Amino acid sequence: MNSAREGFRPLTLLIFLAASLITFAICVAAGSVRIPPADIITIIWRSVRRMPAPADSAAYSILLSVRLPRVICVALTGAALSISGAAMQGLLRNPLADGSTLGVSSGASLGAVTAIAFGITIPGAPFAGTAVCAMASAFVSLTLILSLAYRLDFSLSTNTIILIGVIYSMFVSSIITFITILAADKVRQIAFWTMGSLSGSTYANARVLAVTLFVCGGVIMTRARELNAFAIGEDNARHIGVNVGRVKLIILITVSALIGVCVSIGGTIGFVGLVTPHMIRMITGPNHNRLLPACAFGGAVFLMLADLAARTVLNPLELPIGVVTSFTGAILFVYIFFKSRRNGHA
Amino acid sequence: MLDVADLTVRFGRLTVVNNVCFSVGEGQWLMIAGPNGAGKSTVINAVSAGVPYEGSVILRGRDLKGYKPYERARALGVLSQMNLIGYAFTAEEIIRMGRYAYAPGIFSRRAEEDNLRVTESIEMTGVRKLLKQSTLTLSGGERQRVFLAQLLAQNPSLLLLDEPSNHLDLVYQKQIFTLLREWLETPGRAIVSVVHDLSLAMAFGTHALLMNKGEATAFGPISDALTAENLNNVYGMDVFGWMSGLMAYWRRDSENI
Repeated sequence: MNSAREGFRPLTLLIFLAASLITFAICVAAGSVRIPPADIITIIWRSVRRMPAPADSAAYSILLSVRLPRVICVALTGAALSISGAAMQGLLRNPLADGSTLGVSSGASLGAVTAIAFGITIPGAPFAGTAVCAMASAFVSLTLILSLAYRLDFSLSTNTIILIGVIYSMFVSSIITFITILAADKVRQIAFWTMGSLSGSTYANARVLAVTLFVCGGVIMTRARELNAFAIGEDNARHIGVNVGRVKLIILITVSALIGVCVSIGGTIGFVGLVTPHMIRMITGPNHNRLLPACAFGGAVFLMLADLAARTVLNPLELPIGVVTSFTGAILFVYIFFKSRRNGHA
Repeated sequence: MLDVADLTVRFGRLTVVNNVCFSVGEGQWLMIAGPNGAGKSTVINAVSAGVPYEGSVILRGRDLKGYKPYERARALGVLSQMNLIGYAFTAEEIIRMGRYAYAPGIFSRRAEEDNLRVTESIEMTGVRKLLKQSTLTLSGGERQRVFLAQLLAQNPSLLLLDEPSNHLDLVYQKQIFTLLREWLETPGRAIVSVVHDLSLAMAFGTHALLMNKGEATAFGPISDALTAENLNNVYGMDVFGWMSGLMAYWRRDSENI
């Protein structure tokens, strides 16, 4: 029995990495202003060497200050949402689990909408008000959902959590509607934000996303074996010696941090965390040692392509990215659901 | 080896297990019998830390509540009644999971012993042909054997089995019970199992705990606990008459041949 089988094979890793890089390059090059690949390399090279901007600086500034940070943020958000989705689906042994079904996304939205509607900002850091509110609200929501679940059901049974999550989402969406009515002058801004948009992303956003993804994604990946045990069944996980309560807590906290940050930067982008793990699972199988890293790449590719579609399909009009992901995601989801029903994959 | 005293389990206001006491020594096979809803499975769940309980459960001289999860898994293993699997893990992945308790850390590596135990338990349960198969496509009996292999790979000294022959046809039922009896021959081991089939309990058990409505009505060596009087009381019917009546069909047929 060879012992390398459970891990991520180097060749597979290389294929996923290559796919992500190619998608990244296409997304940076394409758009309302097409920038040839050669120019991209020159521009990035000049910027890295800190050389002054060339005379025809249109492509230069579009690439460096608009497109590059946006595509980076999109890729990181896609990776973070997919890892969160995969982790939740494994932990709760429920293929329908996701940040949205847990209630964390809604919680984060509530924080962000409150910040936008009442103009909560932190002096000196323009976007930090929304971000901090979203993260704080995600954490508060999680604590609330968890303590409710603990009170109702000592073992934190999966059905209880999802039920509470769904009810909480409904509750929160009514509050969001209420706030939107109060802040009538900000309706357009709130509406666009709830549909999800990464168009205004900055390098600062990218840095926050990268750090969160590195720390929380890393922690989740160290728990791949425990997630496997949970995916087989929570009782079985306990029987083989997994510290069930602690692993649950670690995963739920890291997932809510990831989702909180993503929502605060890009709004609620649905279906990425739900659909990507399903597609990746068909390639790698359910073992989280392979599934989690593959999901990071797969999620990045999926969201980059969705973003590309959002800004090119109706050019020069731009669609919110959440519309594209939900549209393609829902169709893909139905397809996957039918296929898995037939093959007994569930 | 396992001493349970005043075990009480409550679900809200409902008392499912009430002041149950029993103990299991090395080399013993304790059969927990009783009608539906007697609390048999709940006893297994409590001892395996699946439900909160009152009372004391002492395993090898230490209170079970003081065990770390991986220590507990090394000492006692559980085969549950229902093993529904969420995703398409292969049988081998599931069996290997049984070694988790021996390397619970992040950087723990697979040891030679892991491979040895896994191979051994695969041979014992006869699941070699199923290894690469998705466990979602296995029959109930095959799945039960895969989880038994996982349990044996885990190598605990006390087995808690909740209806181990559930889903198994007669051939495997016989195989599994014979296998478990062999497993028990190694010193320092013991088994506690919930059984519905009283004949199996009689044939394989050394001791028995008879339960009814959450209470222990009899406990002791199998022939003392499962007497005609005790069984008739608990089941509210003539158990011995019914069982002997069934047996008569087999005798008659063998005489005719």
